Amino acid sequence: MWVSPIDSEGAAVTAFAGVPLWRSLAGGALIGAGAGVLILFNGRVAGISGILGSALRARIGTEGWRLVFLAGLVLPELLLGSGQPVFGAGPWTLGLAGLLVGYGTGIGSGCTSGHGVCGIANLSPRSLVATVIFISVAMLTVRVTRGIGLP
Amino acid sequence: MKFLSALAAGVLFGGGLLLSGMTNPANVVAFLDVTGHWKPALLFTMAAAVAVAAPAYLLAHGRERSLLGVVIGWPDRFSITWGLVVGSAIFGLGWGLSGVCPGPALVLLARPQLPAAMFCAGMVAGLLAAGAKPVSAANAETPAAGDRTGSEGRAL
Repeated sequence: MWVSPIDSEGAAVTAFAGVPLWRSLAGGALIGAGAGVLILFNGRVAGISGILGSALRARIGTEGWRLVFLAGLVLPELLLGSGQPVFGAGPWTLGLAGLLVGYGTGIGSGCTSGHGVCGIANLSPRSLVATVIFISVAMLTVRVTRGIGLP
Repeated sequence: MKFLSALAAGVLFGGGLLLSGMTNPANVVAFLDVTGHWKPALLFTMAAAVAVAAPAYLLAHGRERSLLGVVIGWPDRFSITWGLVVGSAIFGLGWGLSGVCPGPALVLLARPQLPAAMFCAGMVAGLLAAGAKPVSAANAETPAAGDRTGSEGRAL
């Protein structure tokens, strides 16, 4: 079990970026490699919201690769465990946030992975627009909630 | 084989989320907090992910079928629709409130705790509410074009 990056805030490099640089880059490279494997071998975009949304509605027995992918996604956490997550909001706010994230990525056809990683890697102007919008709105939301605090 | 590569892709993706620290909402909020104590870590993670995924997409681009013979489900790259714009804004609002997006949400659910469970329950309800129509051409049952007229048929 490794220590959550947020716990090791003392290190200079961590204080700069929030997470040690090598972990940001190596972690990102692994995410990119996962996306690469899925498009090259399975011919599918590694968009978590899309895969989850389709898996929720899939008929039994069809397209089981989605469930296998999602099982693989949680496997490292099950085996290794990460540090204790630090939430900035209470459970009801998180429930509302989850609802917004699910509905928004549903009608927006993608999230951080589908648009932000795969779409930009695919040189998609559509995904670039989506990514700029969701990052900007999220930054604005943090700006506003920092001022008033979250329940 | 299709299951094996899907499993490998999932493990790589989930391992990357863990290693990058992006399953911790505090690290994500620190990136979004541009006017406060901004921590750019997520930017490096996304840049590295795109840098590694881009050559794979380039390789796949000339092909009609994947290495395992599956017809590649190419998503629409160009239509900027109301669904895309409004949906991404709604997603950004939820992401900013929580510091959690769909990938990390599922990873956090591996360790059953109330905050992650509440978020995921909301997310599933939201996806189901949005998904009376196909979520995307890429991940719909039929990967061909054709379902472009679904939830976001009206172009901007």
